[in-house]
Formats: sequence, structure tokens, C-alpha cells
Amino acid sequence: MPDGLFIFFAALTLGAASLLVLSRNAVTSAMGMILALVGVAADFFLLDAYFLGVLQVLVYAGAVMVLFLFIIMLLDTEDPAGAYPWKKAAGGLALFFLLAAGVLWLFHWSGAVPATPAGATPPELTAAPAEFATAAKAFGRLLYTKYLLPLEIAGLLLLTALVGVVSLSKDASDERA
Amino acid sequence: MENTSLAHHLLLAGLLFALGLVGVLVRRNLLVVYMCLELMLAAATLALVAFSRFNRTMDGAVLVFFVITVAAAEVAVGLALIVALYRRRGTVSSDRLDVLRP
Repeated sequence: MPDGLFIFFAALTLGAASLLVLSRNAVTSAMGMILALVGVAADFFLLDAYFLGVLQVLVYAGAVMVLFLFIIMLLDTEDPAGAYPWKKAAGGLALFFLLAAGVLWLFHWSGAVPATPAGATPPELTAAPAEFATAAKAFGRLLYTKYLLPLEIAGLLLLTALVGVVSLSKDASDERA
Repeated sequence: MENTSLAHHLLLAGLLFALGLVGVLVRRNLLVVYMCLELMLAAATLALVAFSRFNRTMDGAVLVFFVITVAAAEVAVGLALIVALYRRRGTVSSDRLDVLRP
């Protein structure tokens, strides 16, 4: 039986994600998305990944979702008025339950995921690994030794994205003039 | 934390991924579809962190760090594309963006 905090945050995450999928208003969807990402960040905290949890809140729930809200407000994205599309929603719900049954079977009933990792004794399992306790330090060391090349590539990717966004958002009428 | 096992976290990640997938298939507003894609990414990172934690290694967590970086860049470019699309066609509904449909 999982502990209460995990159940609370799992329910929060799944509820907010359902709000994202089911709401017709794009702003409500974005709010659900923010709540779901905060729930995921809380789950990172429960997994002792404190640095990643903070990063998730700052980058995802903060910067990325503000960008989303900005674009939603900028564009007029009203869904067409009329009756709520119940038929489509029912189809989506049926698909979700099918997928959920598959997930339940894979991770719960099939026994493919062991309750304890192979070779680990129970006291080792409950104690956090030493690296996770000093997460930011361990991250820095790994990023600048083992993962130096991926770090450089990520920097290049961010630069490329920057240039791409600038060239994409240029008004097409400017080129004709 | 004492009583949550790897399977519980994987279950949450799987259900979150399923919700995102349903959203991508069912919704027609491109912005909402894009948010559902991000939800699927978040579910994948959750599974990575869980595996990383229970195998007592840092590598999965570092991979999540890179996933967050790439996702931020991807969101910026994707939203710029959606804005450019809206400028050309005046809509972000995937029902009405059907010029390539035979």
C-alpha cells in the first residue's frame, strides 16, 4: 500500500490531466496542465529527485506554460459553440480505459516489475542513494564529465531553436515589401 | 516514501501517458493537442526518474534534465509554427487544416 502523500499527488496529477483533456476552454486546459506538472514535480520530490522537481516547476510549470498561456490569449482559439461532443468524449473515455487496463496489466498483474529491485536488500531500498541527497552537486559533476558532449549539443540545440523561432515569427509581409 | 514501490510510480506514469495519448487523438484544438504531447513527455520523465531512483543511479535523472531542455526548445519552435499557421489560415483547429487531405 503506497503512502498518503503519493496517493494525494497521484490523484491531483490525474485529475488535473483529465481537466486538460476534457475542458473545452483552452485557458482551463492550460490551468489543468500547470496543476498536472506541479503534481509530477511533487512526485519527483517523493522520489528524492529534489533538483529535478525544482527544475520541473521553474522550467515547465513556469516558463513553458506562461508561453502557452500567452499564445492561447494571443490567438482566438474559441472552440465552436454548440452541444458538448459527448460521442467523441465517450470514444476517448473508452480508449482511455482500454489503455489503462493495458497499463494495469503491464505494471501490476503481469508481475514484470519486481516489488524490490533485483539484488537489493530491503534496508538499501528504503534509504536514498547518496548521490540523490546532494543532487545539484552530483548533477554538475556528471554534466561536466560523463555528459559533457550532450551538454554542448543541448546548448547548440537551444541556439538553433532561438534562431528558428526568430526566423519563423518574422512577418511574411516583410519579405514581400 | 517507504511503502511506494517502483510499480506504483510506473502505474502513475502509464496512466498519465494514456491520458495524454487520448487527448492527442480526441482533441481538435492544436494548442491543446500540443499540451497533451507535453503531458506524455512529462509521464515519460516520471518513469525515468522512478527507474533511476530504484536502480540507485544518477543516469536516468540526467537524461530527464536533457529531456526538459529539449522540450523547452521544442515548445518554443512548435508555438512559433502554430502562430505562423494561424497567420496564414486564421484557425488552429485541425479539422479545418485539411489542404493535404485527398
